[in-house]
Amino acid sequence: MQEVEKIVNGKDLFKRPEYQEVLANKKQFESSMLAVNPAKVEEIAEWTKSWDYREKNLAREAITVNPAKACQPLGAVMVALGFEGTMPYVHGSHGCVAYFRSYFTRHFKEPTPCVSDSMTEDAAVFGGLVNMKEGLKNCAAVYKPKMIAVSTTCMAEVIGDDLMAFITAAKEEDGGEYLPAEYPIPYAHTPSFVGSHITGYDNMMHGIMSQLTEGQKGETKQRINIIPGFETYIGSLRSVKSIVEAFGTDYIMLGDHSDQWDMPAGSYEMFQGGTKLDDAKDCINSSATISLQKYATSKTMKMVEKRWKHAGGFSNPIGLKGTDEFVMKLAELTGTEVPQKLKTERGRLVDAMQDSYPYMHGKKFAIWGDPDFLIGAVSFLLEMGAEPTHVLCHNAPKGWAEEMRAMLDTSPAKDSLNVWAEKDLWAMRSLLFTEPVDFMIGNSYGKELMRDTGTPLIYIGFPIFDRHHLHRYSISGYDGALNLLTWITNKVLDQLDEDTKGIATTDYFFDLVR
Amino acid sequence: MGPESLEAKQKAAIEEILKAYPEKAAKNREKHLGVGSPNDENQKTCGDVRSNKKTVPGVMSQRGCAYAGSKGVVWGPVKDMIHISHGPIGCGQYSRAGRRNYYIGVTGVDTFVTMNFSSDFQENNIVFGGDKKLGICIDEIEALFPLNNGITVQSECPIGLIGDDIGAVAKTKAKEIDKTIVPVNCEGFRGVSQSLGHHIANDTVRDYIFDGKVNVTTNDVEVTDYDVAIIGDYNIGGDAWSSRILLEEMGLRVVAQWSGDATIKEMALTPKVKLNLLHCYRSMNYISRHMEKEYGIPWIEYNFFGPSQTIKSLRKIAAFFDESVQAKCEEVIAKYQPMIDAVIAKYKPRLEGKTVMLFVGGLRPRHVIGAYEDLGMEVIGTGYEFAHDDDYKRTKEEIFRSTVIYDDVNEYELEAFVKKLQPDLVASGIKEKYVFQKMGLPYRQMHSWDYSGPYHGYDGFAIFAQDMDLAINSPVWAHSKAPWEKEG
Repeated sequence: MQEVEKIVNGKDLFKRPEYQEVLANKKQFESSMLAVNPAKVEEIAEWTKSWDYREKNLAREAITVNPAKACQPLGAVMVALGFEGTMPYVHGSHGCVAYFRSYFTRHFKEPTPCVSDSMTEDAAVFGGLVNMKEGLKNCAAVYKPKMIAVSTTCMAEVIGDDLMAFITAAKEEDGGEYLPAEYPIPYAHTPSFVGSHITGYDNMMHGIMSQLTEGQKGETKQRINIIPGFETYIGSLRSVKSIVEAFGTDYIMLGDHSDQWDMPAGSYEMFQGGTKLDDAKDCINSSATISLQKYATSKTMKMVEKRWKHAGGFSNPIGLKGTDEFVMKLAELTGTEVPQKLKTERGRLVDAMQDSYPYMHGKKFAIWGDPDFLIGAVSFLLEMGAEPTHVLCHNAPKGWAEEMRAMLDTSPAKDSLNVWAEKDLWAMRSLLFTEPVDFMIGNSYGKELMRDTGTPLIYIGFPIFDRHHLHRYSISGYDGALNLLTWITNKVLDQLDEDTKGIATTDYFFDLVR
Repeated sequence: MGPESLEAKQKAAIEEILKAYPEKAAKNREKHLGVGSPNDENQKTCGDVRSNKKTVPGVMSQRGCAYAGSKGVVWGPVKDMIHISHGPIGCGQYSRAGRRNYYIGVTGVDTFVTMNFSSDFQENNIVFGGDKKLGICIDEIEALFPLNNGITVQSECPIGLIGDDIGAVAKTKAKEIDKTIVPVNCEGFRGVSQSLGHHIANDTVRDYIFDGKVNVTTNDVEVTDYDVAIIGDYNIGGDAWSSRILLEEMGLRVVAQWSGDATIKEMALTPKVKLNLLHCYRSMNYISRHMEKEYGIPWIEYNFFGPSQTIKSLRKIAAFFDESVQAKCEEVIAKYQPMIDAVIAKYKPRLEGKTVMLFVGGLRPRHVIGAYEDLGMEVIGTGYEFAHDDDYKRTKEEIFRSTVIYDDVNEYELEAFVKKLQPDLVASGIKEKYVFQKMGLPYRQMHSWDYSGPYHGYDGFAIFAQDMDLAINSPVWAHSKAPWEKEG
């Protein structure tokens, strides 16, 4: 029973004898093997750690277990929330939207506006035109967004709804009451059964950029567009902007959700910040476009390079080398020297790397996440002399594995470094048991791997649900690399203390100074 | 705030809110909003609201889908079965391990609740069908997770649209691997909310678990006169455990938990119990009614939130059994009373008169009212994401004062109601949480207990009281206003 002076929640409550008795008593009715035959559980648990299990596990071709990817419309919602006053609108069932909103909200600890047009069985039969007509009208009336960005769920894609025709029809029927002809409603088809959330990002970004710029082509301006990609680190967006600003150049960040998902307390406005719509319309007239995530923007950048003929290209500013390349690209595009501010920042980062290298050098890491994140983060690990033993990308697009392999091949330890494209986190579990590492870098889904294999987890990635405020920091630019260095080094030091804290047994190595 | 002025304020708020809508939407939403009064015999449902209808398109409803109702609520917590999210990758990922359905087991070996199994549909599965892939999925699961006691196939939207026959696959494979395989057609576009998913899932329990259809032994458990099952408790934060302990203390034998920390055997044993105890009426009334009709098992609803309702419920349950249980029931009530008195003495002075607005799912919009009122707090607004008329009828019995009732409230409406009625606490879900916290309003998530709990039973009430005090009396809310800002 609770003691009123010290009320405990479930964490400690269920440890008490009266609850332990309840749990033990329950077992007589259970069919789970732990209740029926604990020895069998032990046996199978051991087997799951074996090479035999690993071979069977890695040979799976149909069932995905513990994925490290999500579906297209999630990325489309992120794009929409990076534009001024824009409501993400998902054409399909509202269950999907409830999921996107809770997923982002759990990560950012921020509200995530998004509507759906609530298609149900009748829409499955007759198509979702009626839903679209009513949905756009209601959305415009109630939330008064400056733009509505329409994406789709798999339901709408399977029945083959035609977004462009539907949006036109909705505007016509509305007759301009809520949806004037010029009201911007860009759209993108985002089928969940193709690619992953980064594909949806690409499709929606392509949709917004191509549709808003229709008829806007004018004189080219000396200005750089920056497309961040599926970036879940708010601080990264700010780091990138600060680097570009250091060059004093005119720029547009296309899809800047840094204010939307980082609102100050005090009052609530549904929309904050974002790329100005006028800028978005004019982005076709910039002289260059740099995408910070190659694999999350391939379709968009194809349009920009082939049709818009922009200079720029890809540059991934995670880690020292990646940031150097980004800075040099900006220097080249602007025709200016690298500003002293950045030179100083770089110097400070290198200084820090030289202070901490003994703790990362030679340490083995397992890491997973989105393809572009991995390119940057693995580059940084290599820059520090660490060994990325298992690099796993569930949503690896074509070409990623080769690029990653080539990077790993620059390491002296290359023969023990592995690329795992299109594998899930249950595969990772086998890898960790059979070829163990010192640390893991990944998202919250790594915590079960941490529990099962005992490998310490450094939380870097998306989604992070069970650690607070990490998403507010940067992992891009020189300052972002310093954050990566700090998090990783200090986890190594925490673990060193953990391993040496045995009183009178190992604590001679429990050093005060490291 | 007197009762008249509160009611007037509530009615004015509704009127004001409806003005923002286009005509058709306003007409629709008007029927879903009302003011409930505890004394009004004329109201058919609480506030006379309409419910369980299609959501108005484009308005940021908080509702989920049938898949969420089946996989997320009813089937997902059954711990020794593997639940395949059948279709594209997203649904399983977004719904993974968010509901806090606690369980005991070795995850990935003999229990699987917090894991995500997906058939990860690709374009060719949409074009050529996914039945073959499903078959391979089942084979692979059986090879890698041999201690599973069955599999459920939770259909995502495309399955019902492309004409796959998951029933046939399940039947063939079940024979092959000699385990229960349950095909569930809970595609997200079915129905208007999670609610139909609950119903569909209940029906599949009926069809695939009862009448000796499961492949686990059930005849080793002898029947007693005191056997009961807990139905509709998902063991969120351990709720079913802090309920179970009270039932056991009064001499009952809890044979099954549906479905928090459940195993397939417990579910198969249930048709032999003497009484079904139904907590979440909305999500599991169907199977309770079925067991009543088919096996003659009566069911009663109970409410273990807050001492007033808990005591009422314990006595109601005991009344069904003999005097020995009734006597023990009184002993249990007497045993916990001093603790509860102390909890109330400690927290009521800190919470008395504070007003609350709720918006949750299945049972909580009415069941938790009593717990707040036990602490002297006043619930002035409540509503459900996916309730039916019978839920709103039941709500009439639970409200204490004029209460604004909002069915399937959307983000615009809830925000507007809160601004107009200015409660001291909002208690709802994760999607709404930070909207209100931005405004400086104390907030508690009432789906996940904000990662605390349990809230059921006596021990749970102490945690509930402590958490509400934590939220309302935290110093952090006072920081919103900077010292240089002028008053008013």
